[in-house]
Amino acid sequence: MGSPELANLYQQVILDHSKRKKGFGLAEGGVAESHQLNPTCGDEITLRLHLADDDTIERISWEGAGCSISMASASLLSELVPGLTRDEARERIALFREMMRSKGAGVEDDEPLGDAAALEGVSRYVARVKCAMLGWVAFEDTLSLSS
Amino acid sequence: MTIHDLSETPTTGAPRTDTLGDEEALRLRGDFPALHQSVNGHPLVYLDSGATSQKPFVVLDAERRYLETTNAAVHRGAHALAAAATELFEEARARVAAFVGVREDEIVWTSNATEGINLVAYAFSNASAGRGGSAAERFRLGEGDEIVVTEAEHHSNLVPWQELAFRTGATLRFVPVDDEGVITAEAASEVIGERTRVLAFTHVSNVTGAVSPVDEIVRMAHAVGALVVLDACQSAPHLPLDLAALDVDFAVFSGHKMLAPTGIGVLYGRSGLLNAMPPFLTGGSMITTVTMERSEYLPAPQRFEAGTQRVSQAIALADAVRYLQAVGMDRIAAHERALGERLLAGLADIPGVRVLGPLDAARRTGLAAIDVDGVHAHDVGQYLDDRGVAARVGHHCAQPLHRRLGVTASTRASTYLYNTTADVDAFLEGVAGVRSFFGEA
Repeated sequence: MGSPELANLYQQVILDHSKRKKGFGLAEGGVAESHQLNPTCGDEITLRLHLADDDTIERISWEGAGCSISMASASLLSELVPGLTRDEARERIALFREMMRSKGAGVEDDEPLGDAAALEGVSRYVARVKCAMLGWVAFEDTLSLSS
Repeated sequence: MTIHDLSETPTTGAPRTDTLGDEEALRLRGDFPALHQSVNGHPLVYLDSGATSQKPFVVLDAERRYLETTNAAVHRGAHALAAAATELFEEARARVAAFVGVREDEIVWTSNATEGINLVAYAFSNASAGRGGSAAERFRLGEGDEIVVTEAEHHSNLVPWQELAFRTGATLRFVPVDDEGVITAEAASEVIGERTRVLAFTHVSNVTGAVSPVDEIVRMAHAVGALVVLDACQSAPHLPLDLAALDVDFAVFSGHKMLAPTGIGVLYGRSGLLNAMPPFLTGGSMITTVTMERSEYLPAPQRFEAGTQRVSQAIALADAVRYLQAVGMDRIAAHERALGERLLAGLADIPGVRVLGPLDAARRTGLAAIDVDGVHAHDVGQYLDDRGVAARVGHHCAQPLHRRLGVTASTRASTYLYNTTADVDAFLEGVAGVRSFFGEA
């Protein structure tokens, strides 16, 4: 049993994604790859960016090991990004980062984040924000590397 | 140098027994203001003293009193405050020296154990670069020489030796741990040899709590003429420690893990060795004569204490030591051993939990790091924190040992004199609930 705060942090959608990870397994090809490490706990993620012919995002593929927050966050990101343009992707990253830095206050409109909005509870726990950001930082890095 | 009478130290008036027991531990807890608070709606259960300990009023008061009444630069100035500050600073050194069974001129103040290890490593490095004259001969390293560490080391007792090897051309070798993650004399004997010049290892592992066979390893190292550096960070706060009896050449520990403030640590070195070593940090207060071209250096310990020192912290460390002595290190060790036994026995009953290190409580101190099947240490720590239980999660600055034990991170509970069986039980109850919360059981 945990407190309501803990239940809010570990929502069912997060626990589900941490166990059944979307986009998991590095796919062949891709235009850029990024490896990100959280040195305090050893969490790591390697992420590849796959683009469609029109330069929109086809998908991301990734692998890694870490806590449920880092794994779920990368999984939720994988669901969110297919079909986005680069600019839309950067906007989503900026919005997610704003939410993570909100110390529990959230953002005005989390709609563009889809199910990843469920990670809002992480922002109350400063020590866990890095975990949630890991996959998104890797994704951001691949966007820079490939532009 | 006067050492204050131990009876001055405020502590429990109960008759002394061989161990503290819960009742006395709870009374001692009254001396630690940080332990009287709620976290996430629960009374704080602090089980992270292996990382840093909480501080009793006598230590907090000592630092404040010094700053309010005596604050001045030490070893310089002729005014009354400077003289009083210097006396307190050197009294503190004498008390800490006596605490670990060595002479006061063999105690060098550092910021922490990490700085102490770097000081020794840089003395080797500077000697290898030609500094220190003929006296520093035994600190010169080059190709063919070997620096030996173990696979169980904290990064602070590994990385400085890696860097020293890179700078000097010496080879860094390591003593592998056994399948339980323990340093054995047998494994050490296979690595220590004629080429070994320096051997650095931990007295007590910060991950497994296993106590190293110091006597045997020191004998082997000395038989081949190697110098021994002991990491006493997890022993000095928790066990009676006699560095002279252990016959090590150098030892380090940190004040903040033994009830003192941050920013103060201790390097012990044999007097003959310290005085033969070229300095590490150089500047004011460590010299005799300075010209525009060159300088002569003071004997140890001042030769290693350049710049304005951490005076209030050193004085507070002496008060921490006085507090520990009044309680009795043997009794603290016995209390933590009992807590460690309960911890191990309780963890053995929880399905899906693996304790890192030997499962025999007699071979370890009062801490335990665990791997919970299917749940990452960060999540375990979060779940425990939700219940007010403060444990350490991560690799505890010992990545190679975690890798050897087949995990990337673990969750560690570490006890101290202010912990009780109820604290251990709170940890065990938390751990017992983790896997079902995360859908693993």
